[in-house]
Amino acid sequence: MTAPGVAERLTSLVGALRAHGMRIGTGETVDAAQAMAALGLTDRELLREGLAATLLHGPAQRPVFDPVFDLYFPRGIGAPEAEPAGREDLRDRLAAALAADDRALLGQLAAEAVDGFGGYGNSPEAQGWSSYQALERLRPQTLLARVRESVRARDGASGFTDRLLEDELRRRIEVFRSMVAVEARRRVAERRDRDELARRAVATTPDRVDFLYAGKLQLAELRRTVQPLARKLATRLAARRRRAARGSIDLRRTLRGSLSTGGVPMKPVLRRRRPFRPELVLLCDVSGSVSGFSDFTMLLVQALHDQFSKVRVFAFVNRIDEVTGLLEHGTADPEGLGARIRAEATLTGWHGSSDYGVALGEFAERYGDAVGPRTTLFVLGDARTNMSDPNLAAVRQVAERARRVYWLNPEPRPQWGTGDSAAPEYAELVEMHECRNARQLGALIARLLPV
Amino acid sequence: MFTSVDDVSARLAATGYLASPAVATTVFLADRLGKPLLVEGPAGVGKTELAKAVAEVAGARLVRLQCYEGVDESRALYEWNHAKQLLRISAGRDETWDEARTDIFSEEFLLTRPLLTAIRGDDPKVLLIDETDKADVEVEGLLLEVLSDFQVTVPELGTIAATRRPFVVLTSNASRELSEALRRRCLFLHIGFPDEELERRIVRLKVPDLDEALATSVVRVVGALRAMDLRKVPSVAETIDWARTLLALGADTLDETVVRDSLGVLLKHHDDVLKATAKLDLDAV
Repeated sequence: MTAPGVAERLTSLVGALRAHGMRIGTGETVDAAQAMAALGLTDRELLREGLAATLLHGPAQRPVFDPVFDLYFPRGIGAPEAEPAGREDLRDRLAAALAADDRALLGQLAAEAVDGFGGYGNSPEAQGWSSYQALERLRPQTLLARVRESVRARDGASGFTDRLLEDELRRRIEVFRSMVAVEARRRVAERRDRDELARRAVATTPDRVDFLYAGKLQLAELRRTVQPLARKLATRLAARRRRAARGSIDLRRTLRGSLSTGGVPMKPVLRRRRPFRPELVLLCDVSGSVSGFSDFTMLLVQALHDQFSKVRVFAFVNRIDEVTGLLEHGTADPEGLGARIRAEATLTGWHGSSDYGVALGEFAERYGDAVGPRTTLFVLGDARTNMSDPNLAAVRQVAERARRVYWLNPEPRPQWGTGDSAAPEYAELVEMHECRNARQLGALIARLLPV
Repeated sequence: MFTSVDDVSARLAATGYLASPAVATTVFLADRLGKPLLVEGPAGVGKTELAKAVAEVAGARLVRLQCYEGVDESRALYEWNHAKQLLRISAGRDETWDEARTDIFSEEFLLTRPLLTAIRGDDPKVLLIDETDKADVEVEGLLLEVLSDFQVTVPELGTIAATRRPFVVLTSNASRELSEALRRRCLFLHIGFPDEELERRIVRLKVPDLDEALATSVVRVVGALRAMDLRKVPSVAETIDWARTLLALGADTLDETVVRDSLGVLLKHHDDVLKATAKLDLDAV
């Protein structure tokens, strides 16, 4: 590898990371180049750490960085040197490697697995590589019992730590699976445009995952980003409150005070702040179609409980019920929160699909007194009414009574109004914002929340 | 200061700090590129210890700025010793005002605080800015000048630039988002929990009397706890505490009773204890 080639590779790596929304300046790229010069190219893992240290700004970026790095600085080129092995033979060696927890050997086996079983298309020059296919043929998860027995035979089955073994082995198998995925991606990258692949095939950072399309794993990841987000909001709100508390000059009282000094305002009088207790009311659509979004906002709401003395939360599908009690701080485990709300509150009538008109009407009728001149009301949902009456009158009625009303919609703006979406109608009455991922949600909440 | 990444690991290990490859690489680069090192990670994984170890290796003085809410310029940079200035003014009676004025704003009356201390003088120093996230946003602005140019401006004295750059370590628990400007000036290092192998070595190093087999079991149990969804997972510091506890209890192997009785050393919330007890099947006894 020549020096200019390396520089070019580094800049395209930076380009790929930027395409994933990371803000990397030229200064950092120069630092990264210096780091490469200082570390040399011989040890790939050192290089990885060095580039991560110079280019990244936070741990959340690491899951994106690692696969992109693997694409631009691959472990090797082409097929592994070993003889193509039989499936059973590979499984035997994999079982041994799992039992010994030998990471280096697992990596090598992952390469062999992709080479031997991951190719599709016309052999011998396969057209593509699939980690799914390789894992499907190899079925590492079925090795669990076998590995467990062999470890027990080696270490003896007695002892307390034996009960940990099964989970440990599961985690090792998971590591192997991800190794296979990395290897397959690398092999694909050799054939296709690497830049294109780095943009498309690498999962994005969790705070940019679209709520509506998030998979189960991504949702778990999103949940982990909620806690820092809530804390971030808390500090930002506290700072805003501190600034606001410094107050402004009360001109009238200052002038009146200046009468005794012949009209010279010696003592500025600060405006006294009236204690203001903002109230927060949230209406959350928790129907199946927006479940990712609602689970996530519920967690955020739970975090907000620390910040606002008075938060009331209502959940609805086609009937509405108060769920504030279920969100009380400290009582909930985040995993089952959404499920518990659906189980314990009355949210559906005769059918299970969402009906904004009925739910909003019921809210205005039953819980109308929850909304007053100090209330900021958030409605969270996609405004898809399943072709029923959107009940604009109820929204108008609530909006008139509240201080502010905001509607956060997890659908992309161009889709508002398509099909059964009543978004444009609602948007005419209340302020509606697109809120598709954790990043947007964080920014919106911070901007819209009353201090 | 260091010749290679391996050199970093070896010399840190000699002071009793076992560094993962990521840590060693980043320390090496921070030294080579002359950039501050921002270290993030959960509590108790050795962020502060790292700064101390680097100081020991380099034979440098450790200057520490502990951040807290409300830490300000006069706590971080410098302050004028007003009492001494007053004494000086009342002592010297027959001089002109101009003479007195220039005199009382001289080095003699300057109280240097950590940031100024770290860039003055020619002896090697390690500047540790601990828990940067606890400080207010304004303090970050203050840090920017120090971190990018290694200089401090005192209006009465002019700009004081470092003749010898200190090795700077900033730590953060990420309780507040640090500004992009600050991050840009630093190399970033996230210290997570060590892998099993490394943690076993750390335990063996810190608690040498613990036998190999028990150390392995200890690390495995801690690993299992970290995989659970707990409010506060045990950190390395707690692993070491637990190892010491087991030693004190005279336990030579782990069993249900020992683990259940000493779980409080590892877990700090009652819900966590309950959850772990259930998952590890401890109430079956």
